[in-house]
Amino acid sequence: MNNKQQNTKKVVVPIGPYHPLLEEPEFFALYCEGEKVVDVEWQAGYNHRGIEKLSESKHWDQVTFLVERICGICSTSHPFAYCNAIEDLLGITVPERARYIRSIIGELERLHSHLLWVGLAGHFLGYNTVFMWAWKYREPVLDIFEIITGNRNHYAMFKIGGVRRDIENEDIPKIRKVLGELKGKIEMLTGAVLDDPVLAARLKGVGVLTKEHIKNFGAVGPVARASGVDIDVRKDDPYAAYPLVEWKVITTENGDVFDKAVVRLLECFESMKIISQCLDAIEGKKGEIQAEVREVPSGEGIGRHEAPRGECFHYIRSDGTNRPTRHKIRAPSYVNIPTFKASCIGQTIADVAIILAGVDPCYCCTERVAVYDVEKKKKLHNFKYLVEKSKEKTEKIRKEI
Amino acid sequence: MSALYIFLSFVMVFLSFSICGMLAMWIDRKLTARLQFRVGPPWYQNFADFIKLIGKETLIPEKANAFMFVASPVLGLIATTIAGTIILFISRTDTGFPADAIIVLYLLAVPSIAIILGGSASGNVLAAVGISREMKLLLGYELPFICALVISAIKSGTTTSLGSIIQFQQQNGMILGSFSGVIGFIIGVLALQGKLGLVPFDLAEAEGEIAGGSLIEYSGILLGLFKLTKAILFIAGPLFLISLYLGGFSLSSITGIISGILKYILILVLFILIRNTNPRLRIDQTLRLFWGWLTLLGFAGILLAIVGW
Repeated sequence: MNNKQQNTKKVVVPIGPYHPLLEEPEFFALYCEGEKVVDVEWQAGYNHRGIEKLSESKHWDQVTFLVERICGICSTSHPFAYCNAIEDLLGITVPERARYIRSIIGELERLHSHLLWVGLAGHFLGYNTVFMWAWKYREPVLDIFEIITGNRNHYAMFKIGGVRRDIENEDIPKIRKVLGELKGKIEMLTGAVLDDPVLAARLKGVGVLTKEHIKNFGAVGPVARASGVDIDVRKDDPYAAYPLVEWKVITTENGDVFDKAVVRLLECFESMKIISQCLDAIEGKKGEIQAEVREVPSGEGIGRHEAPRGECFHYIRSDGTNRPTRHKIRAPSYVNIPTFKASCIGQTIADVAIILAGVDPCYCCTERVAVYDVEKKKKLHNFKYLVEKSKEKTEKIRKEI
Repeated sequence: MSALYIFLSFVMVFLSFSICGMLAMWIDRKLTARLQFRVGPPWYQNFADFIKLIGKETLIPEKANAFMFVASPVLGLIATTIAGTIILFISRTDTGFPADAIIVLYLLAVPSIAIILGGSASGNVLAAVGISREMKLLLGYELPFICALVISAIKSGTTTSLGSIIQFQQQNGMILGSFSGVIGFIIGVLALQGKLGLVPFDLAEAEGEIAGGSLIEYSGILLGLFKLTKAILFIAGPLFLISLYLGGFSLSSITGIISGILKYILILVLFILIRNTNPRLRIDQTLRLFWGWLTLLGFAGILLAIVGW
């Protein structure tokens, strides 16, 4: 409260709810003294769609499609984690071919998501050439998706117990060819970004997160890895084909925005390595792509997947019927965004823009339960309020009876 | 030099610079688009944008100082056009006056001041951030820009009359041909990049950070006037640099006009290259560049010019 009273004296620079920096509605109030940001407040909830509640009204198979629509960019991460959760509950093993295909889809998604971030970061820095080039190079990845799944963004590849479609053997050479061309382009882009002295001046030492910060905020994914915290669900809790192929977790030490860019760009090469090994493993072979699943018994399961932005976590509880009784989702941005408290304060507005973008925030993934009144700047539906509403209604009904 | 001559040349400069400036901005947009794998707009895009802006509603925010808010775009437009008139017509040896180059230098600073006035009159927070940046930017690039003028003035026999500078170059070759000339030209191009608000010095508008900055509250015809000012500045600024370093822009013969256009395109291409190969700088980095490296370079250039290199 004391903090808030102090803040009222300072100039508030609003970033959001609608702002060119943000692809999605979100509100950051930057409390500034001149160009220097002294405090940041974050308001979420503009994009809440009640996915968890919706999930309770759909049957197990439909939920895969529902969670795919949480986010258009990590549209395979959520089904991946969800399927892992149900398979954890069922205790079944997924056929090997399906595991490879799952990893291919997951890594292709990482590839396109990281390229998308590089482009956006370029745009926020006013470097539109990088923006357009990165997005141009992202196109072939989407083309591969179209070859494999028929869609550029929502792939609908995941199914409880396996995958919905096989990767045809005659498509594999095409995929290899596109990936081969892409590798050279990404190498060029990586070189251009990492060797640019002006970019280095803009990004190095900006928005530093130490290991300590990462642990305190529980940050995940490239944000954590850029600060030297070696966490990656793919290595720490292996699933799908990740234990079967050779790759390494990229980490850097400085924790600034430049290192976040380095981690993401180098991860692109690791992803391509994984994809090509997975393609080797399935090429020219035939095999089952799904395990048979008839009923989901009562119980609970958790599933994790290393999404492009970090660990994506799904929890489901079943009572033996054909739909979940509880479905809890925690997306990586939910823990990554609050790190702005450590990285933004004391920086200039120009830097805060790129620091906020540096965690690759994905708001639609993050929005779960908060409902805010924008004008009064307060949370509307907190637990107490809901209990009061419930009591009111009970009273009303009692009178009517 | 009659008042009618001045008035007519003013109108002519206004029309021709607006049209050429918008075409130059189209070249900039088109080349940028091609560099970025995009198609780019058709040649009339900037004209269409301007005509559309005329037809749009002009909103004056409640908090704004209405007079300043409306007057500043007009102020910027008039100052830039006068600068253009002096550079192209009045600075001939027969009609020019001593120290007209200094007048042009002042007039070319007015559009930035107009943006500062207009932004501060609009009463918007983001505009406030924008104008504080524009102010620092103005202070930043003016010093190197003055150095660029001084180098040229010393090289051409210590004169600050544009006519004499051009005449000197016609007799002795372009000032760009000397060491100090190259230094002055580089400084001049970078300072103009800042004046025109092109990347890496577009921090006063910085769409990704402060959403348009100083111009955020402007709409309709007033925004159109700012765009028009920028279009005229897109011609007047490089033309000033051509007068100082590349031997001026002669309207008397066809070869003169063609060589003038080629000189202009050289500068335009430099702008576009710098703009597309750099990210936006922070304000402290910008000031360090202008007041540090470029001013030192400018002083070095002045010393070289005095020695006669």
